[in-house]
Amino acid sequence: MSTLLEVSGVSVSFDGFKAINNLSFQIADAELRAVIGPNGAGKTTFMDIVTGKTKPDEGRIVYGDRGDSLLGMSESRIAQIGVGRKFQRPTVFEDQSVFANLMMALRKSRSPFSVLFFKPSQEDDDKVAELAGEIGLSAALHRKSGELSHGQKQWLEIGMLLAQEPRLLLVDEPAAGMTPAEREHTTDILREAAKTRAVVVVEHDMEFVRRLNCKVTVLHEGSVLAEGSLDHVTNNEQVIEVYLGR
Amino acid sequence: MTDAAFPRRQPIALRFPSVMIFLAILALFTVGVTILSEGFGIGVISTSFVKTLGKTLCLCLVALAMDLVWGYCGILSLGHMAFFGLGGYAIGMWLMYARTEIIVLESLAAAPLPPTPQEVSDGIASQIFGVVGAAEFPPIWAFAHSLPLQLAAVVLVPGLLALVFGWLAFRSRVTGVYLSILTQAMTLALSLHLFQNDSGLRGNNGLSGLQNLPGQSDISQDIVSLWFFWASAVALGLGYLLCAWVVSGKFGSVIRAIRDDEARVRFLGYPVEAFKLAVFTLTAVIAGIAGALYYPQAGIINPAEVAPIASIYLAVWVAIGGRGRLYGAVIGAAFVSLLSTWFTGGQAPDIGLGFYTINWVDWWTVLLGLSFVCVTLFAPKGIGGLVDLLVDRHSLDRHGADLGPDQGALREQEAEK
Ligand SMILES: Nc1ncnc2c1ncn2[C@@H]1O[C@H](COP(=O)(O)OP(=O)(O)OP(=O)(O)O)[C@@H](O)[C@H]1O
Ligand SMILES: [Mg+2]
Repeated sequence: MSTLLEVSGVSVSFDGFKAINNLSFQIADAELRAVIGPNGAGKTTFMDIVTGKTKPDEGRIVYGDRGDSLLGMSESRIAQIGVGRKFQRPTVFEDQSVFANLMMALRKSRSPFSVLFFKPSQEDDDKVAELAGEIGLSAALHRKSGELSHGQKQWLEIGMLLAQEPRLLLVDEPAAGMTPAEREHTTDILREAAKTRAVVVVEHDMEFVRRLNCKVTVLHEGSVLAEGSLDHVTNNEQVIEVYLGR
Repeated sequence: MTDAAFPRRQPIALRFPSVMIFLAILALFTVGVTILSEGFGIGVISTSFVKTLGKTLCLCLVALAMDLVWGYCGILSLGHMAFFGLGGYAIGMWLMYARTEIIVLESLAAAPLPPTPQEVSDGIASQIFGVVGAAEFPPIWAFAHSLPLQLAAVVLVPGLLALVFGWLAFRSRVTGVYLSILTQAMTLALSLHLFQNDSGLRGNNGLSGLQNLPGQSDISQDIVSLWFFWASAVALGLGYLLCAWVVSGKFGSVIRAIRDDEARVRFLGYPVEAFKLAVFTLTAVIAGIAGALYYPQAGIINPAEVAPIASIYLAVWVAIGGRGRLYGAVIGAAFVSLLSTWFTGGQAPDIGLGFYTINWVDWWTVLLGLSFVCVTLFAPKGIGGLVDLLVDRHSLDRHGADLGPDQGALREQEAEK
């Protein structure tokens, strides 16, 4: 397995406060990885940096087979080359139908000109219907997404993420606001997705992480504290200290 | 227009009943005015009122452009009347040049020798620029002799200005209030420039006599006014269809998404800046065309027309009509501008309070300002919201949250189901 994303020596500070401190991180093609850490550890900021929202003060980020640097690329460019992201708070376009949300996310040319003349083919419609089935929103396809429940919005956002067909998925707290059954379904989807692409999942819920059954990275104060299997990291002295307090 | 589903394979007019209804009303209105006009009908409507109605149609067209850029894409441009004015100046240059040319040729025809082209050109220049103490054509008049080239300028000048301005502004991610201020600065700079006598466009005199079609002096204004009225109606109809098409498909979906949460759209991979630039430029072109139809009906254009306040009025019309729905913009522009003509034209009866007389010519702006505040506070859907009552559309309960985090995002009260 080749490395898909390599983050090395990245730091970023906000008004003197070091949110990310000399962070290094690697993930291979078709790998599932959980990232855990206490509040404010820098998990979301890490995703901001990879997706181009926040520019790091120093460090390197290399992505893909050709080893392109993500630094200096715009957010939309990074998304186009295959980095998809799900936000911590579900952000869908509330004024628009579930169908429109998914259709917008579908992997197609993103230039204004081709979007203007875009006509969904039967194939596209089927694709959207299939995705809607996968995320349990078939019946809600033509409802406005603003009407959905919190959990359904999370689903919709996951669906949009899959529609983009990214090579690297960054998923921030996907299970928040979901019922236990829904959480289980989410783990299934993420594990399925990780068979063909790299998936990074940030989650607080240990039970959820255990079910993902994958390598775990623990972040603390902006750098990696421990890495390995869940049992390995939960037995780590430092991790216990950080999570349980001194 | 914010239809739940995406475009199916059907003509746009069938997909959106509102488009059909609008076009039908516009056609009826046009036929009605023609029948009642002095030029071709029974003469109930005076020619000057036909011109007022024709101008109103042009204002509706520029309001459509404003709704597209603000109501749908969330860019509160307070500079679109500058594009409108530029379109007017572009066509005005040809109208003035061509008509003066005829006059000069006539006067020189009496001379013993046939005039040289230089003499003709000098004659036209001194006629046009005498008022600003110049007698030569400034470089920007190089194409004024040609109708096709000036028609091209109607589209190209506003389009290029919008393209350059938009590129600079959007590229540096200027949004919200700052962008509005920047667009105000643009129209202010333009109008200050035009006010100067050496701007090449006759300073504060502006361009005049635009109601006369060159070479058609024997055709009465009764007829000409209807020609322009029809042209304005056709332009508004086509503009409406174009806007409806733009906002109905995936493009419309993306720009509404940009309005509500542009950061999120970037993470979907859409180049937000390019979309904004496309909408900004397209609407500037629409505004230019509207202006080119408006000023021949007004007869005169001067720099006051592109003053910053004009663009603010435009935003007020769209807000009162209801932004984010095309018919709202048209209703707002028609309603407020006609009302404004009535009030400021001295037709509205003064109200005597004994100690003070409310003179509507002065108080109209106050009334307009108050209505704007009231609409914003109490009826954010504007006049267009009444349609929702008719077709029984209810809004979803978002518990007071706006549709997105961006400043241009629709407020909860503005959104329809
Ligand atoms: N734009 C910003 N400006 C200033 N400080 C910021 C900014 N973004 C993040 N921070 C700070 O950086 C730190 C890391 O934040 P981050 O959101 O990455 O944490 P997190 O690990 O995602 O936490 P949580 O589990 O609560 O989501 C926090 O202390 C936060 O206050
Ligand atoms: Mg976070």
